[in-house]
Amino acid sequence: MKKREITIRNKLGLHARAAAKIVQTSTQFQSRISIIKNGREADAKSMLDILTLSCPQGTRIELCAEGKDDAEALAALTVLFDNKFDEE
Amino acid sequence: MTPGNARMILKGIGVSPGIAIGKAYRVDRDRVSLVYYYLPSPAQIKKEKQRFDAAVDKAEADLKEIKSKIAGEFPEHSFILDTHIHMLRDRMLYDETIRLIEEEGINAEWALRKALENAQLIFAKIEDEYIRSRISDVDYVAEGVLQNLTGQNKRSVAGIKERVIIVAQDLSPADTIQLQVEKTLGFVTDMGGKTSHTAIITRSLDIPAVVGLENVYQAVRSGELMVVDGYAGRVIIDPDEELLNYYYERQYQLENYRKEVARCAELPAETEDGYNIKIQANIELLEEVVAVIDNGAEGVGLYRTEYLYLNLDHPPDEETLFWDYRELAEIIYPEMVTIRTLDLGADKLPNRMREWKETNPALGLRSIRLCLQEDELFRTQLRAILRASGITKNIRIMFPMISGLGELRAAKDILNQVKQELVQESIEVDQDLQVGIMIEVPSAVAVADLLANEVDFFSIGTNDLVQYALAIDRVNENVAHLYEPLHPAILRMVKQAADAGRLAGIPVSLCGELAAEPLYVPILLGFELDSLSMNPLAVPRVKKIIRNASLEESKVCLQEVLQISTASQINEYLCKLAWTRFREDFELFKDQVGEMPAADGNLR
Repeated sequence: MKKREITIRNKLGLHARAAAKIVQTSTQFQSRISIIKNGREADAKSMLDILTLSCPQGTRIELCAEGKDDAEALAALTVLFDNKFDEE
Repeated sequence: MTPGNARMILKGIGVSPGIAIGKAYRVDRDRVSLVYYYLPSPAQIKKEKQRFDAAVDKAEADLKEIKSKIAGEFPEHSFILDTHIHMLRDRMLYDETIRLIEEEGINAEWALRKALENAQLIFAKIEDEYIRSRISDVDYVAEGVLQNLTGQNKRSVAGIKERVIIVAQDLSPADTIQLQVEKTLGFVTDMGGKTSHTAIITRSLDIPAVVGLENVYQAVRSGELMVVDGYAGRVIIDPDEELLNYYYERQYQLENYRKEVARCAELPAETEDGYNIKIQANIELLEEVVAVIDNGAEGVGLYRTEYLYLNLDHPPDEETLFWDYRELAEIIYPEMVTIRTLDLGADKLPNRMREWKETNPALGLRSIRLCLQEDELFRTQLRAILRASGITKNIRIMFPMISGLGELRAAKDILNQVKQELVQESIEVDQDLQVGIMIEVPSAVAVADLLANEVDFFSIGTNDLVQYALAIDRVNENVAHLYEPLHPAILRMVKQAADAGRLAGIPVSLCGELAAEPLYVPILLGFELDSLSMNPLAVPRVKKIIRNASLEESKVCLQEVLQISTASQINEYLCKLAWTRFREDFELFKDQVGEMPAADGNLR
């Protein structure tokens, strides 16, 4: 299992557009991937899960991946977050 | 009092004039009716899961097809379709439905409904309003699958066979494009306002329309007889014979009056005592030029340029803008076209939709302020306008929302730089291009004398001026009743701006809705403006009334009105004047309750 802590820096937080991008990326990997906020867990392959986790700008989350390609999955997702989902 | 009776009479906003009488056709967005049952055997459960899968597959295929159709044209819609496709297979909907079918042995419709209700509960608890409202997308997606499961299809506007009155909750731009004009008698919706997309389209198609009716969709049944009164903003459902005859008669009279007015639309607006005022059109789409010419407008007094910036991923490029402006100006030639530079709020800018939050957008980064900040955006538009002006020589440029000299000079500086650039590139620009401003911010009125020395013309924008001067957001229903164009403060401000312009020797125009109100003609003339610019459909009637008026009389009228202390008293005064002085032009429009014509802005 691989883990990484991330602070959400894009202005809108995990809104529809960002959530869609996370799902698009996550579903390319076999690993189970989740986003954890204050102990609540959302499936990174579920748009509605991510949306309802409700993460505005500044939220600290933990990205977890478990499976054969967990390192790659985590790397790919980290790039998304770091690039602020190409929002600005 | 109107004769006769009806099952129901609804009041909305008349956005496109005329009377339509015909059968209602509801464009259904109804929830499908569902049947719930338990599945008797494991074999049935297996089959049910396959049936559900097939319904989801079909919904996905449908969404993808729509997406491919609109690809490129509406990137924002395309993105929404993408999220819908993701939601279809989301575990909260899909996996949960499968689980419920398996574990509870219930049919797919029931299981999906349960999964959806569960999602609704989760969303309802979310604090962030934007995310909370995404449940409407989830609803929509689930609805599509449910329709596939039950085999009930949405009826679409494209499939209408006979001439009908379209009844809908709301129509998307895509729906409106599909409307078959020859089959549409009239048009009514629950939502919408005077400036909504549907309002503009129906006006340009000349189809009577009433919007903002709130519950017409629920109230009327398909096939029911109804009357749409686009003048009064009234919708009558199932009228009795007496009322129906009244409306047939009224339709006939109004058509005659309209024809009579239209016949003389070409004549100039010259008062009995020889005062000439130019009557121009406000338009938003290039397509509206037909209405400009048909209604005898003398050029375009206000071309709103925002439309090309909406629904796009990136602002339009210079070529697109250039051709749009050039084409418009060429059609309107030799009359003039006044192009207003971008008057958008930052929230409406491509790439920024929904991503921009201002607590007070009306007072925020918008219009000329936005343009001064977004240098490239502004310069691209200015280049396009200047290039078109060099070819057609009948373009004027106008800056919106100028609040003082600083802003004006900054905007003019950029304009001059762009001009220099073009000259260096050997591209021709109109060297006599006139540069003017909208007078719509109260501070601009206060310094109108200073501004007048540095511009070639004024155009008084009463819609925003009323809003800013009276501190009223007219879309806000709690204060909308305070939106009073006849407020003495507004009339004094218009007078101050008009006088300042005249003193400096520059032409002054007025381009708000105020200009389109036939009742206000006497005061408008009294201001001694050079031109009025309005919705093209309002032009023939305003011109006709002006031809029956006189300047001397109007000056006296304005002087008297300026002594009156409230908007409602002024309105009363003008109604009386219309009734005594211009009776034949108001007879048909008198309010059905009393003798006096009502001035609710629906008199067009």
